[in-house]
Amino acid sequence: MYRERLGIRPGTWLGMAAMVAAAMAALPAAAADEATKSGWGLLNLPVGVTSISRDVYSIHMMAFWVCVAIGILVFGVMIWSIIFHTRSRGAVADVTLVHNTKVEIVWTTIPVLILIGMAIPAAHGLVLISDDSHSQLDVKVTGFQWGWQYDYVGKGVSFISKLDAKSMAASELDSGISPYSVPHYLRNVDHPMVVPVGTKVRLLLTAVDVIHSWWVPDLGIKKDAIPGYINQSWFEVDADKPGTYRGQCAELCGRGHGYMPIVVKALSKSDFQAWLKREAAAEKAAAARMASSS
Amino acid sequence: MANAQAPAHAHGDDHYYIPHGSPWPIIAAVALFCLMWGAVAYLDDWAGAWAFVPGPILIFYMFGGWFHTVIGENQLGIYNAQVDRSFRMGMMWFIFSEVMFFGAFFGALFYARVLAVPWLGGQGVKGLTNLILWPRYEAAWPTNGPGHIGGENFEAMSAYGIAAINTLILLTSGLTVTIAHHALRSGNRGRLKLFLAFTFILGFSFVALQGHEYYDAYTKLNLRLTTGIYGSTFFMLTGFHGLHVTIGAIMLLVVWLRVLRGHFTPRQHFAFEAVSWYWHFVDVVWLGLFVFVYWL
Amino acid sequence: MAEPHTETHAHAEHDHKPHGWRRWVFATNHKDIGTMYLVFSCIMFFTGGAFAMMIRAELFKPGLQLVDAGVFNSLTTMHGLVMIFGAIMPAWVGLANWMIPIQIGAPDMALPRLNNLSFWILPFAFVLLLSSWLVPGSAPAGGWTMYPPLTLQFGSSFPMLIFAIHMMGISSILGAINVVVTIMNLRAPGMTLLRMPLFVWTWLITAYLLVAVMPVLAGAVTMMLTDHFFGTSFFNAGGGGDPVMFQHIFWFFGHPEVYIMILPGFGVVSEVIPAFSRKPLFGYEAMVYATASIAFLSFIVWAHHMFTVGLPLAALLFFMFSTMLIAVPTGVKVFNWTATMWRGSLTFEPPMLFSLAFLFLFTIGGFSGLMLALVPADFQYQDTYFVVAHFHYVLVSGSLFAIMSGVYYWLPKWVGRMYDIRLATWHFWLSAIFFNVLFFPQHFLGLAGMPRRIPDYAVQFADWNMVSSLGGFAFGLSQLLFPYIIWKCVRSGQRVEGTRAWDGARGLEWELPSPAPYHSWTTPPTEAMIARGAEH
Ligand code: HEA
Ligand code: HEA
Ligand code: CUA
Ligand SMILES: [Cu+2]
Repeated sequence: MYRERLGIRPGTWLGMAAMVAAAMAALPAAAADEATKSGWGLLNLPVGVTSISRDVYSIHMMAFWVCVAIGILVFGVMIWSIIFHTRSRGAVADVTLVHNTKVEIVWTTIPVLILIGMAIPAAHGLVLISDDSHSQLDVKVTGFQWGWQYDYVGKGVSFISKLDAKSMAASELDSGISPYSVPHYLRNVDHPMVVPVGTKVRLLLTAVDVIHSWWVPDLGIKKDAIPGYINQSWFEVDADKPGTYRGQCAELCGRGHGYMPIVVKALSKSDFQAWLKREAAAEKAAAARMASSS
Repeated sequence: MANAQAPAHAHGDDHYYIPHGSPWPIIAAVALFCLMWGAVAYLDDWAGAWAFVPGPILIFYMFGGWFHTVIGENQLGIYNAQVDRSFRMGMMWFIFSEVMFFGAFFGALFYARVLAVPWLGGQGVKGLTNLILWPRYEAAWPTNGPGHIGGENFEAMSAYGIAAINTLILLTSGLTVTIAHHALRSGNRGRLKLFLAFTFILGFSFVALQGHEYYDAYTKLNLRLTTGIYGSTFFMLTGFHGLHVTIGAIMLLVVWLRVLRGHFTPRQHFAFEAVSWYWHFVDVVWLGLFVFVYWL
Repeated sequence: MAEPHTETHAHAEHDHKPHGWRRWVFATNHKDIGTMYLVFSCIMFFTGGAFAMMIRAELFKPGLQLVDAGVFNSLTTMHGLVMIFGAIMPAWVGLANWMIPIQIGAPDMALPRLNNLSFWILPFAFVLLLSSWLVPGSAPAGGWTMYPPLTLQFGSSFPMLIFAIHMMGISSILGAINVVVTIMNLRAPGMTLLRMPLFVWTWLITAYLLVAVMPVLAGAVTMMLTDHFFGTSFFNAGGGGDPVMFQHIFWFFGHPEVYIMILPGFGVVSEVIPAFSRKPLFGYEAMVYATASIAFLSFIVWAHHMFTVGLPLAALLFFMFSTMLIAVPTGVKVFNWTATMWRGSLTFEPPMLFSLAFLFLFTIGGFSGLMLALVPADFQYQDTYFVVAHFHYVLVSGSLFAIMSGVYYWLPKWVGRMYDIRLATWHFWLSAIFFNVLFFPQHFLGLAGMPRRIPDYAVQFADWNMVSSLGGFAFGLSQLLFPYIIWKCVRSGQRVEGTRAWDGARGLEWELPSPAPYHSWTTPPTEAMIARGAEH
């Protein structure tokens, strides 16, 4: 009977599990700069460029492999019964097998131990992430519909950062412009946030209208920006990893939610100081112009 | 084959009570629908307050009709002990769900007092909130928040005025309804009528006094629903409670009228018990209110 | 044993069944009401599915092709609301209505009129919700989680959303009360608690969850209503409130809610796997206790949906640990099911196939859930497609597959006819395969950094989105088989002989003739029947 034959089919699951494991095993490769490579290879978290992001990455992989291991075990047993304990193979049900205290104790305690094993590194990492003391640079980040405002506390530098014009144009309904023709489509801004490498930067997050969420995967942090409250978070880009890191708003905030990216440019300390000077001067000039014109 | 040997004489109908179709549920559903649509239409300014009229009318019609049917069936003695038990359990779990509803609002009150307001005032993990966004705001309770929503100043509702009197009223009513219950059990109809009357009169006077309290709040204390988190929690908690007292008092009145009609026996009086449970629930919620909203 | 229960049967024959529209509109019969629930749920599943198809179509390639960004958010929001409150929950209540009285030897639900009311509120509630597509500003677009202040920004659709939720809440509460009372009060003599089938057990616990949390949701949306129209400040910092407070109240409902959607599924799987392994369920009592502890834990894990809102460290740690704990009782269940198959004599009829898929895929969903529970990792996962993948593995291949399994298992009992098994098997394989094509790549997308609830995305996400969309269309089309199979079965299915449609099936429902008589147990089942059903 066809239904008996179906018995072996679920074996495909084994294949699937293997496929998944294989795919995920090739993951760290995906850490390379996203835009340059095709999407097929983007399967995993980026390792990132901060101590936090690396921490998170290792916790993530640890959890992943634990699950794969347990999965292979549990699915293995299931598949075994599905293949061999079938009526088509003349298997006769052992109706006495209804409960076994020893086994049940074992499979209650072992998961507990595994979980403790996972909880310890997770808790440890969490404690590190939560320590935002001794920051060397404070930036107040204000989310609004739809963009971000960055105020460099005490540095006289403050600007608004929005989706860049090219992406904006291409993202119109039936714009006719191919997203592929736009560099960093939807992940580029007119005025990126600039930070020095090797410096502990503390973010003071808030919002003016609705809840937004500031997220840059390579920095390993995501924190909600809540109207009327200040949330704190921090990151420190490795001294040897200047570069541009991109993210997006990660809390539904209305029509423009998909259109408020975050771009962080990490410069060497000296370059940053130079940038800061230029920026401050420029803003003074602008302010002066405003004053005179009015 | 064993199952085929089921006793032939045992015919369902005398074992189990199964009501046949009834129009009231669908009417209830429609009534609720009208009520909700009315509210939407009104709040959205598609229509004036008249949009509210059809819903409640249908609701009252439905309650009247449904209860009339049930009471009728009850008087005919159609219900057996099992049905009675079903009603009791149903009522208990309904009251439990009501408790959880109030739980949500108490939760909001505690969250605001223990976490939100102190944070806004510069304490705890979100301390910087105060420094950067709300300088010069000091955490305190009662408060209308750092934005002084609803006016610069207002006065808190005192626990020792009407609130204290209302507490006494409700506690007494809890007592009187219990006395009435004992009277009913011991077949003393006279005392039953008297104390049941006391109970709903106390209930209605509670509502009246609370109305007066609200009037004072708006006119004398400048305390409004819009007075920040304090006004919100105060009026929503006491408001929903007051609504329940009103409903409870009306139900007591109905039960009282049924008593006058000679309904209920010392052993069979579910409706009475249901209402008295409901009344005790309202009572307990009030104690929570008195302690956490008025007193502390 | 296969002889029909002559008494009940005889009774069923000269049983005055109401006719015409009154039978449905004034219904008090648990089977009629159950049927209405199931039909309603199916309609809603297709409605929510249609929204999902539009979502997948828009996400088929980068750039905005079909809908405006705002409409996309409405699609996402309505898809979530319709699937959860319209498809999955009513399906479970429908199955409860049909099966619980039969399985505990009761003639009907305890409060039949209330039962009718709980159902009839629903169609009206969804008329209210769905008609919000027509008002200015279109349907609510703040996500099914309805977070303020965003949701407070919407116009006419806002009160419609709130009041629709209120109606759904009332319906669920009344329905749940009915289930509790039925199980507690109408069990046939001899049907002790620990003899009840697991579907009844899981539903009993589910009903407790419902009565406990639906009112809390009602409270949350009521506060939102007053914040919007009457100037209260619950979720407004300026008034001393906090937008995050809504999230706490919502998830105090929301997390138990997700178990409300899965626990009855655990019940169905616990009936089906033994039946087709021809072996009693392994560790019956452990299953009961596991279900209870899952329900208990579900009250103290809610903030795992809020790891990024800026909770104090202590809170993060507490909610991480409590959340991880849930893996233990759930694991016990998975292991028990596996042990039930072990040394069994398996066959693979459609109900079993769906339950098996449930076993594998729900577990995968559970694994991703466990990863989400690790706070530092969740900082990266939160609000990405990794989460979307997680909850579709537990909701679609969990709840939905369990519903399919249950329907294919009990359908012959309901209509007294067998459906086209070959076609149903096709339905299964198409669903199981395309489900994975649809949702597995979403794990990759999430990890690679694609946020959820966005109408358009950066080009590096294009490849896997296209795969997911193709899988989605295929999965969706495969679902059209389901109503067709049922329709065909009802019309022209081959009649099933005797009381048992499946040789391994146990339980009181299989002591009744097929189709089950209009009034099931007008005479209580005999001790022998109960004992046969409770072999564990
Ligand atoms: C049926 C519904 C359902 C179920 C059953 C679950 C089950 C679980 N869920 Fe899921 N969840 C949702 C529906 C569900 N979830 C939904 C809808 C959302 C998104 C809401 C929204 O934002 O829109 C969500 C989101 C969600 C989040 C928030 C993600 C975020 O937004 O950042 C988290 C975080 O902790 C989480 C965790 C878990 C866990 C730990 C379980 C556990 O119960 C899983 C337990 C099961 C297993 C672990 C597998 C079997 C166990 C074994 C084989 C034993 C051995 C295993 C080990 C020891 C590891 N879920
Ligand atoms: C149990 C509930 C449930 C179920 C069954 C489903 C089923 C599906 N869901 Fe989902 N989903 C949720 C619950 C559910 N979902 C929730 C709670 C959210 C979160 C919402 C939020 O963020 O607020 C969500 C969000 C969500 C998203 C993310 C949207 C976003 O973040 O912007 C996506 C995207 O792919 C998606 C896809 C799908 C698909 C393709 C199906 C498919 O399984 C559907 C298949 C069914 C059909 C297709 C219907 C049957 C067929 C027809 C109607 C015929 C027509 C068919 C064709 C033309 C092909 N869902
Ligand atoms: Cu800002 Cu989403
Ligand atoms: Cu959860």
